[in-house]
Amino acid sequence: MTALLEVKDLKIEATAYPPGESPRNITIVQGISFAVEKGKVLGLIGESGAGKSTIGLSSMAYGRGGVRITGGSVLVNGVDVLQAGSAGLRSLRGREVTYVAQSAAAAFNPAKKLMEQVIEATLHHKLMSREEAEARAITLFARLGLPKPETIGNRYPHQVSGGQLQRVMTAMALCPKPDLVVFDEPTTALDVTTQIEVLAAIKEAIAETGVAALYITHDLAVVAQVADHIMVLQSGEMVEYGTTDHIINRPTMDYTKALVSVRSIEHVEKSGGDPVLSIKGITARYRGTNFDVLKDITLDLPAAQTLAIVGESGSGKSTLARVITGLLPPSAGSITFNGRTLAPDFEKRPRDDLREVQMIYQMADVAMNPRQTVGTIIGRPLEFYFGLRGDEKKQRIQELLDEIEMGEGFLDRYPAELSGGQKQRVCIARALAAKPKLIICDEVTSALDPLVADGILKLLLNLQKTENVAYLFITHDLATVRAIADSIAVMYQGRVVRYGPKTDVLSPPFDDYTDLLLSSVPEMKLGWLERTIANRKMEAAGN
Amino acid sequence: MRIPLAAALGLFFTALYFGAAIFAAWIAPYGAAEIIGDSWESWSWAHPLGTDSIGRDLLSRMIWGGQTTILIATLGTLISFSLGSTLGFLAAVKGGWVDQLLSRMVDLMMSIPSLISALVVLSVMPVTLPVLILVMGILDATRVFRLSRAVAVDITVMDYVEAARLRGEKQLWIIFREILPNALSPLIAEMGLRFIFMVLFISTLSFLGLGVQPPMADWGGIVKENKEAIVYGVPAALVPAFAIATLAISVNLVADWVLNRTSSLKGGRG
Repeated sequence: MTALLEVKDLKIEATAYPPGESPRNITIVQGISFAVEKGKVLGLIGESGAGKSTIGLSSMAYGRGGVRITGGSVLVNGVDVLQAGSAGLRSLRGREVTYVAQSAAAAFNPAKKLMEQVIEATLHHKLMSREEAEARAITLFARLGLPKPETIGNRYPHQVSGGQLQRVMTAMALCPKPDLVVFDEPTTALDVTTQIEVLAAIKEAIAETGVAALYITHDLAVVAQVADHIMVLQSGEMVEYGTTDHIINRPTMDYTKALVSVRSIEHVEKSGGDPVLSIKGITARYRGTNFDVLKDITLDLPAAQTLAIVGESGSGKSTLARVITGLLPPSAGSITFNGRTLAPDFEKRPRDDLREVQMIYQMADVAMNPRQTVGTIIGRPLEFYFGLRGDEKKQRIQELLDEIEMGEGFLDRYPAELSGGQKQRVCIARALAAKPKLIICDEVTSALDPLVADGILKLLLNLQKTENVAYLFITHDLATVRAIADSIAVMYQGRVVRYGPKTDVLSPPFDDYTDLLLSSVPEMKLGWLERTIANRKMEAAGN
Repeated sequence: MRIPLAAALGLFFTALYFGAAIFAAWIAPYGAAEIIGDSWESWSWAHPLGTDSIGRDLLSRMIWGGQTTILIATLGTLISFSLGSTLGFLAAVKGGWVDQLLSRMVDLMMSIPSLISALVVLSVMPVTLPVLILVMGILDATRVFRLSRAVAVDITVMDYVEAARLRGEKQLWIIFREILPNALSPLIAEMGLRFIFMVLFISTLSFLGLGVQPPMADWGGIVKENKEAIVYGVPAALVPAFAIATLAISVNLVADWVLNRTSSLKGGRG
């Protein structure tokens, strides 16, 4: 059987424009060869910057923002698309090869109804009449498990949820009956409970329509559920290629092994101890609204331990952080910290209260002033709280940099000159500089690649031992929670639905929501998706 | 450091005009009010730009006039920027009623065309240099306020500003150390433009007779004094017009270049 997509010795370059220097060519992807047969799914996996999206788009002969395909060949149905010319590409794109983007919210035109956009490519290529196309779209909507498939096409993009929008985009890609679909991180921006549904829908649609697919993601556990073969990429080069079973169960390269064993930090929970932070009956709402975002929250966090707050987006986890820091004074309840009652508004808190509660943000990029050097960013709290100046300050900054395992040579760098993981480390150093008793970590690893995130988690655990600092760890990722938490609070729609020591919270019997949440976390096992979906169907039938 | 051609040209002409203004006392061949010949003499070696309506050396008047015009425009721009950006940042950082009060006052001032408010104020006040500079600076500060508030509102919601607030930093630190460095690029671009609007504004006022008072020279005033000459084919009124245009272009070429140098986030400032 001949391959549908055959990529040989692909080389992709771009031009970099470093400020103050002459432009130079950089190689993004080199020496990549693979083939995808009809009805098969190839997973492309790697960290950000590994070139996976670039390779995916090359199957449509498309280079994003100045990226050029400079070598090799890409054969779709035996035709080299790199030599196709613009007319040839126009008939290829949206007909033979289609694309599903990561952010559905950004990929849809908000001014047009969904149906118009779903059938646009099909009509453009004159593949079907409008009636046929609409009928096919409705069939696809039903197959992808969208509610009210007959009428959902009449809605606008903002009228459906993120997970539904992602499925509509999948329908858009499948509508023209393509030979190949490129899925570019289709579930990355979704909550786990939504991700599993979209994943199941995509897998089913691929199986029923018999298309071939490239599935791009950074999450090995996800790709293990849908792909037949997996290619592991690092810095634009292939690390390992094999069947899904081979990659997951018998990886040969060190890098692949690291990816497979990621999130396997063992953390023995601590218990007991006097609480450093007690929250009692907190209810809060945003100004000008009549809806309580937090409802009667009561939690305790013992000194030098970690309390994880888990929930999906919109559950109120970040709002809880804002209440504790004093950015959002609660409408009822009290916060006791270190035996003192904290003022509801941070502007009324004494300097020591502010110093002892520090915060680390999700996006390290915007948590640091881009116009300040690393030295200033870490040095300011030292100067502000402890009055350190000159050499004394410099020495302490270097100590902190050593503590976050970064070493010398960073003092005069700007944040834009750091990698994602380094940025987050600097933010940790800034928080540590204040010698806090509590650090609130708001999704600190969710914007990072798995291996980098692993490093950050290990660093946080070590720092907890040496600095005796308590963490309030806000996350939607249960694997992270297992790695770091001593106790867990599960939040759902502004309430704590389950709260206790880690092992208790993570062992049955579960309440409905925790069960759903826990069973939705992808496991790095073949067939996990089918088993989970089958279990849910059985339970639903049993009820 | 390589300077692009456009920036080099801009730098050259800007330096030329500012140099002539600063060293006017040494460069100018004659005094600003010295009558040395007939009216509207044509260009010659003795008087490179000829003479004006009452026989003063036009080159000397251009140099002295440039001094007045550039001095007023520079000081006016400085006042409008320090006042406008400080209040704009304050409004953005404080929010609430402070923002409302400042913004509505600015709206009120902007609802009257600035030329008309300037004419009204200057017709009741004595027209001296400090008064002129102050009036122009304050009227123009409303535009700077709008811009800096808009820029700062976007910056104040960033996590790093929140982090600084939670650290317990005072408003002054937040305004000058967190917000200002990040708002600099649009402000510098605006500054080049505002300086030129100042030159045009003072020239307009002088042309209307409410700006710089004779016998002091300024470019707008020189246009006014020599406007009849155009009828006789004497280009005396076009000389200051040309000066205003070239100054406008060159200052903005320099501002563009500075903008490029400062907008890099990798420490590329110099």
